[in-house]
Amino acid sequence: MEFLTRDVLVLSFAALMGIAIMAYVILDGYDLGVGVLLPQAKGHDRDQMIHTIAPFWDANETWLVLGGGILLVAFPIAHGIILNATYLAVLIMLIGLILRGVSFELRVKAPAHRLELWNQMFAIGSATAGLAQGFMLGHFVVAFRDDWASLLFAALVAPCVLSAYTLMGASWLVLKTEGDLQHRAARWGRHALWLTALGIVLVSLATPIVSPRIFARWFSLDRIVIMSPIPLLVTWAVIWLSRWFYQFDADEHDHRAWIPFTLTIELFLLSGLGLAYSTFPYVVIDQLTIWDAAASTPTLKMILLGVVIVLPPIIVYSAFSYRIFKGKSTHLSEA
Amino acid sequence: MIFMDAVILSRIQFAANISFHIIFPTISIGLAWFLVYIRGQADKQPNGAWDMAFKFWVKVFALTFAFGVVSGVTMSFQFGTNWPGYMKTVGAVAGPLLAYEVLSAFFLEATFLGIMLFGQNKVSPAVYKLSVWLVAGGTTLSLFWILALNSWMHTPAGIEVVDGKVVANDWLAIIFNPSMPYRTVHMLLASAATASFFVMGISAFRVLIGERGEDIQKTLRMASVVAAVVMPLQILAGDIHGLNTHEYQPAKLAAMEGLWHTESKVPLLLFAVPDEATQSNHYEIKIPQLASLVITHSLNGEIRGLDEFPNAHPPVFPVFWGFRVMVGSGMLMLVLSWVTWWFLRQSSSVPIWLMRVLVPATFIGWVPTLAGWYTTEIGRQPYLVTGILKTADALGQVSGTTIFGSLTAYLLLYAILLSVYVTTVFYMARTGAKLPGHDASQPSSHALAG
Ligand code: HDD
Ligand code: HEM
Ligand code: HEM
Repeated sequence: MEFLTRDVLVLSFAALMGIAIMAYVILDGYDLGVGVLLPQAKGHDRDQMIHTIAPFWDANETWLVLGGGILLVAFPIAHGIILNATYLAVLIMLIGLILRGVSFELRVKAPAHRLELWNQMFAIGSATAGLAQGFMLGHFVVAFRDDWASLLFAALVAPCVLSAYTLMGASWLVLKTEGDLQHRAARWGRHALWLTALGIVLVSLATPIVSPRIFARWFSLDRIVIMSPIPLLVTWAVIWLSRWFYQFDADEHDHRAWIPFTLTIELFLLSGLGLAYSTFPYVVIDQLTIWDAAASTPTLKMILLGVVIVLPPIIVYSAFSYRIFKGKSTHLSEA
Repeated sequence: MIFMDAVILSRIQFAANISFHIIFPTISIGLAWFLVYIRGQADKQPNGAWDMAFKFWVKVFALTFAFGVVSGVTMSFQFGTNWPGYMKTVGAVAGPLLAYEVLSAFFLEATFLGIMLFGQNKVSPAVYKLSVWLVAGGTTLSLFWILALNSWMHTPAGIEVVDGKVVANDWLAIIFNPSMPYRTVHMLLASAATASFFVMGISAFRVLIGERGEDIQKTLRMASVVAAVVMPLQILAGDIHGLNTHEYQPAKLAAMEGLWHTESKVPLLLFAVPDEATQSNHYEIKIPQLASLVITHSLNGEIRGLDEFPNAHPPVFPVFWGFRVMVGSGMLMLVLSWVTWWFLRQSSSVPIWLMRVLVPATFIGWVPTLAGWYTTEIGRQPYLVTGILKTADALGQVSGTTIFGSLTAYLLLYAILLSVYVTTVFYMARTGAKLPGHDASQPSSHALAG
């Protein structure tokens, strides 16, 4: 396998990690977002909302295990540095994910008078996990510095990421529910949109400021030309989303209910692409590149073999599962 | 001060997390295969007692699985946060094995779990049955990979060490390392045993509170038969496992036997208080020559003592007692399962007094499982990977104070969640797992019709 040079291998794993993280952020993004929105609804609507995500959340969360796993096994040095730097945020995220995961089951299996408690835990867990992840993103962008300005910045990014998840969740609900709930989801989406846009702006501004090298990359003429489609497309998506949410009418528009979800995914993908473009080839900005951090060549080959064999079936049966549960989830019931 | 010692705190934190994790997989792996069986029976006799049984146990499974998943996700971050030196040194082996587990097992079980829990009226019975199989297969596959890695840490093979780092040479030798078959079999049987007692205990509880459903009788019988078959197999497997330990990890074996000096005609210690300071045991109660017989299959066999491993043997007390707790509770489980089976054969029902014993034994499998893991893992000390990497050299840079904080948070959360899990399982048993909130008022056929 001559073509599998070290360069190709390291790049493949960087791409793979990017894909896993994007898949996680989009997929678990919508179910964390639904969790955040749960307190906005009442009684029966809450069950409806949970039903939209129930068959998927476990598999969605597995993308986090894969993303973290690739960081651990393919870029072990970076994993050590990043997880040490974000020790507390990771701890808080894990506690949030634990609370959310067990509440899923407990809200319907524990005694009925505890339903409210577990609903709350579900929302709190989802919000905590989202905030912690946002903080981690912010901290990553400021190269894990620990001065108060950097920490403050990370703290600012946290609610923005949470609202991006909320936007994702609202768009998902527009797609998967109907009637009054669908209407309210469109309204929730409206509110979440603006904080999300702010977050994108914040991260975009901070990244070049933190690193002179990234600054240089952005603001050379030819690069500006290459980069310019990203902010333009983001702006376009934000405008279209806001118009869609403001004018939503369930009777007329339901057959196009996939639009906000698709647009939000596009927004996430563009942001991810922009971030990857800006920070490449760093895993820790200005400190550690993917080349320095990567595991040995034979290790990478061995893992790649598994990826090549197993990832296609994973994609096929994941798609199969989404097909089984396609359409409105109003009538979903447990075995 | 011990509260600030990062090595000790990291070890306690890792042990606390994995202990909390493993109690759920031990149930879910066994229970997943019970569900395969129950589903098969239910398909043969539609809408009968087995269908009822499936409806109940699939919900208990869902609860257990969710706890396993969230604690497992936590585990997946533990390697990097607590033991960066681990990946640096043995990443060439640990990396691919962990990656293969995520890719081949976790996605499989997670995706088909969704179909198994919510897809019954959306897919054909054949596809549904396949999902149940795939979930069970996924759990077992994940056991396979993680035990391959763990066994390799005990008995490394197929590698060489270059510049202080492990390089993989032979993947078959790495995966099927000398202790791997023994550990995998022993752990699979541990899951089967733990899940059997779990099903027996819950079923007995439901009978005791006055439920008369035929499904409960059927699951009680099913689990009793499995327990009665599995327990002697487990003891046999454990014995053979011990021979393997004798060969590859003699220091661990000496600690398990409480043997300070190399001897022949070694007695089996039923009770003793090993004392590190005096290198001897207090208050021994022993059976002459029996340990020699068990380990070497000869009454005069020689076993190497701890004195042959100066400064490189594990702490004796926890290993010695961990082993005795495992074997002791294993014997108790054997007796319980055979008594239950005997009554089932005699009168095809279990007497009330015995059910009253089975209920508190619902979670008895956790005792030997944890005790066994503690024996194994502490018995490997001072090494993390036998002969290659010492535990103390694998540590991260996180300060003791930080770990103290996170450890406290985990312990608190786990204590609460564990009691919530146990009470919820019994609550479900009491109500037949009718879903409160939205399903309580509707007949149970709703799930099929919906
Ligand atoms: C003997 C079996 C066994 C052992 C020793 C471990 N696990 Fe485990 N794990 C399972 C058996 C299992 C399982 C049966 O596959 C799970 C349990 C929950 C569940 O019920 O699936 C699972 C779930 C599970 C998940 C969630 C997967 C999902 O989303 O479906 C992760 C990330 C881990 N585990 C990670 C680990 C790590 C890093 C371990 C070692 C340090 C570990 N597990 C030890
Ligand atoms: C699932 C059941 C398991 C239990 C109950 C368990 C228990 C323990 C305990 C008690 C320790 C601490 C020993 C000591 O420090 O004296 C330990 C250490 C460790 N075990 Fe396990 N273990 C389990 C499985 C695994 C698996 C599957 C792996 C890896 C594949 C693993 C890897 C480690 C590592 C890296 C340490 C840290 C080093 C150390 O503290 O000694 N363990 N485990
Ligand atoms: C009663 C007779 C038993 C014997 C003689 C026995 C023997 C052993 C031995 C020798 C080890 C391995 C120590 C090493 O690492 O070298 C072990 C580990 C272990 N045992 Fe047992 N065991 C018995 C019963 C049980 C029972 C009843 C269970 C659970 C239901 C159990 C669960 C475990 C587990 C989970 C481990 C650690 C994982 C492993 O190394 O496979 N054992 N046992």
